[in-house]
Amino acid sequence: MNRKFTTGAAPHLPPISTVGEVMRQVLYALCPGVIAYTWFFGTGILLQILLATGFALLFETLMLKLRQQPVALFLNDWSAVVTAVLFALCLPPLAPWWIACVGMFFAIVMAKHLYGGLGHNVFNPAMVGYAVVLISFPQAMTQWLPPISIAPTDIGFLDGLWAILSGQPPAGMTWDAITRATPLDTIRTSVASGQTIAEARQLQTFGDLGGRGWEWIANGFAAGGIWLMWRRVISWQVPTAMIGSVIVLGLAGYLLDPGSNPSPLEHVFSGAIVLGAFFIATDPVSGCTSPRGRLIFGAGVGILTLMIRRWGAYPDGVAFAVLVMNMAAPLIDRYTRPRIYGG
Amino acid sequence: MQDSAVERARNAGKRLFHFHGGLRLHHHKQASCQVAVQSVAIPPRLYIPLMQHAGPEATPLVGTGAHVLKGEPVARFNEPSIGYVHAPTSGTIAAIARQAITHPSGLEGLCVVLKPDGLDRWTRLQPMEHWQSADPELIRQRLCESGIVGLGGAVFPTSRKVEEARNFGIHTLILNGAECEPYISCDEMLMREQPDKVVLGALILQKAVAAEQVIIAIEDQMEEVFSALQAAISNADCTHMRLVKVRTIYPEGGEKQLIQVLTGLEIPAGCRPPELGLLCQNVATAAAVAEAVTEGKPLVQRIVTVTGNGVKRPHNLLALIGTPISTLVDACGGYTHDAARLVLGGPLMGYALASDQNPVIKAANCILVLSNRDIQSDQAEMPCIRCGECARVCPALLLPQTLNWQIRNDLLDDASDSGLGECIECGCCDYVCPSHIPLAEWFRFGKSEHQLLAMERSQSNLARDRYLAREARLEQLKQDRERRLGEKKQALRDRTSVTGGTMGQGPA
Repeated sequence: MNRKFTTGAAPHLPPISTVGEVMRQVLYALCPGVIAYTWFFGTGILLQILLATGFALLFETLMLKLRQQPVALFLNDWSAVVTAVLFALCLPPLAPWWIACVGMFFAIVMAKHLYGGLGHNVFNPAMVGYAVVLISFPQAMTQWLPPISIAPTDIGFLDGLWAILSGQPPAGMTWDAITRATPLDTIRTSVASGQTIAEARQLQTFGDLGGRGWEWIANGFAAGGIWLMWRRVISWQVPTAMIGSVIVLGLAGYLLDPGSNPSPLEHVFSGAIVLGAFFIATDPVSGCTSPRGRLIFGAGVGILTLMIRRWGAYPDGVAFAVLVMNMAAPLIDRYTRPRIYGG
Repeated sequence: MQDSAVERARNAGKRLFHFHGGLRLHHHKQASCQVAVQSVAIPPRLYIPLMQHAGPEATPLVGTGAHVLKGEPVARFNEPSIGYVHAPTSGTIAAIARQAITHPSGLEGLCVVLKPDGLDRWTRLQPMEHWQSADPELIRQRLCESGIVGLGGAVFPTSRKVEEARNFGIHTLILNGAECEPYISCDEMLMREQPDKVVLGALILQKAVAAEQVIIAIEDQMEEVFSALQAAISNADCTHMRLVKVRTIYPEGGEKQLIQVLTGLEIPAGCRPPELGLLCQNVATAAAVAEAVTEGKPLVQRIVTVTGNGVKRPHNLLALIGTPISTLVDACGGYTHDAARLVLGGPLMGYALASDQNPVIKAANCILVLSNRDIQSDQAEMPCIRCGECARVCPALLLPQTLNWQIRNDLLDDASDSGLGECIECGCCDYVCPSHIPLAEWFRFGKSEHQLLAMERSQSNLARDRYLAREARLEQLKQDRERRLGEKKQALRDRTSVTGGTMGQGPA
């Protein structure tokens, strides 16, 4: 008996994970936050997620075809969907449809595929897309809704759909009537106009820790993020360093001047800190890879975010902070190489 | 080496430490551990490769048609400290020919083909009766003549290791029974069935290297082994031998990892364990040492685990070196219908064989036959997403993804700076990679490429040095000639002026 076998390289074990599985777990982990978002701000966000995902898959398919890559294989990695959902979570719920289109074009085509596709992008694609639409369409990007519980009018699913598709406010309403400044925006304008934070916090927009509703969305993202850490899909370093640096720096600012600086908890529970810490700054492709590098990366994002919130031109700064740190990531990695065994 | 490190190494096993990374794997060992080790019948032909380990092939000592007895040398290595290749049974040399040998390269090599006479008659054996009082050098020579090599898989000649150990001075001998790779159970079965032989081998090795103490390290899940060895140690009445249980985590049985677990020390880059006063030997090697010294038997057989979903009745078999693998599989009831891959060694570090006609070699601790379901080799490779899982599990604390990038871009020197040489090829990174990048394969490739590059470089450096030396020599010759010419001219000029002077003074 002489039997021939096909050979292959060791290890001879079935793979324990796939890129698609990693990305799908990120999507599962986003669910609690998205549910909280829908609960407090209505179904608009779900429409944005659907729109962004549609455009993302469209651009992904086109680019894969153009680059002559196997379409099914790469669509199956779910990375475009993660990008789309993270991008959509940054949009005002009733932003017009072409925002998602432009954002996804820049995210998928420019930031991802022109840099070489999956695994080769220097910048976080979702944040590139978001930064482009934020800078280009400031008006559309500031039409935020108040939480349903304090909204003057009830905007239903169809009203929302109409607003997104037409770019017009729902019939019989004006943008001014239905939109409201976000908590961070409110803090920013009240401090600028000489009010103290404590005075601004009397407004209904605020809840117990941060913005009303926003704090629960943050809790949802934190729950999902901790699950991801437990599943070891993301490392503990980035979220810990980012939230830690926000708390330390926020506390310092608060103790120095509580009138014009929000408390560290208000910082953490408003805006995109928690989403950023667990889901955006943890993007492995555009972030650091060494454990110490990840600590520096996370802390850098936290510090830059607070600096932008305090002195920048935008109320929140997570996206810009992440993009700046993306540029620094290769350098940080270079200087934080772990010690080699026996070295 | 710092004295403090040696001192710490002396306390080996008193406290256990951790190494970085590693994997907890499903160990699949039960299947082959159910029944006692069985001998395989002598096959119609034995194929004994003359390349047994790194280095050149051995030179045959016998010709076709010669009759040899079991244990008689059939070939010798040209390097004196390595020794011989022996006939695994008595019979006639049928041929000395190039055959497929069991080697990762899949290449052919010179083999002695032996046609057994079925009598299995030993050559005259010369046991060392009084090894306790023998000169350690005689023991080392015996190991060399008996062809004893490391049976854990590295097949490094034991006599060499002993020699090196003696040069450095050893305080602790570590017997490695932490068989950490899944599926493999040959060492476990050996320790269960022949604990006395393992302990005896340990004592002989201890004597050969003059070690103060011996530590036998086994995995914490090997309960039967523990009691068997404990009894053997107390029977032998050796006070300087300790049995230590280590965690069951891959690759704890790697030499560097085991030393780290027992001592908390890392072997510094470019150093070897003897520099810390430590010598590691596999338990099966110790048993082979015991046979070679007390019975005079050279290494002609070994226990091989034959297992996996691809064989019908997984077993541990005692097989003669040179037995075709197909004979072993037949002894286990043959292949199941879904046998898809034949691996020599374990699933993480073993290599796939193209044919089951390859012979059993000294390094063959396991024949693993896997089904398609076990390997799932059809998974497409994706780009690296830099998730860092590979670095988390790497016991050498490397950044495998960086190495992968460097090797693929032909930056071999950078890869070497990033620690490629410290990679132990355990395959942990490869196993956890969600992008299914064949990292271990790339690292093996990168290492050999870098070695090649270093060789080419040293050759071109040599050529350059030769060229520069020649240039310098020519320049020197030229200068010498010019100097001599100058001197001659000067001398002539001097003479002219002298003679001129006389001439001037002469007739006038």
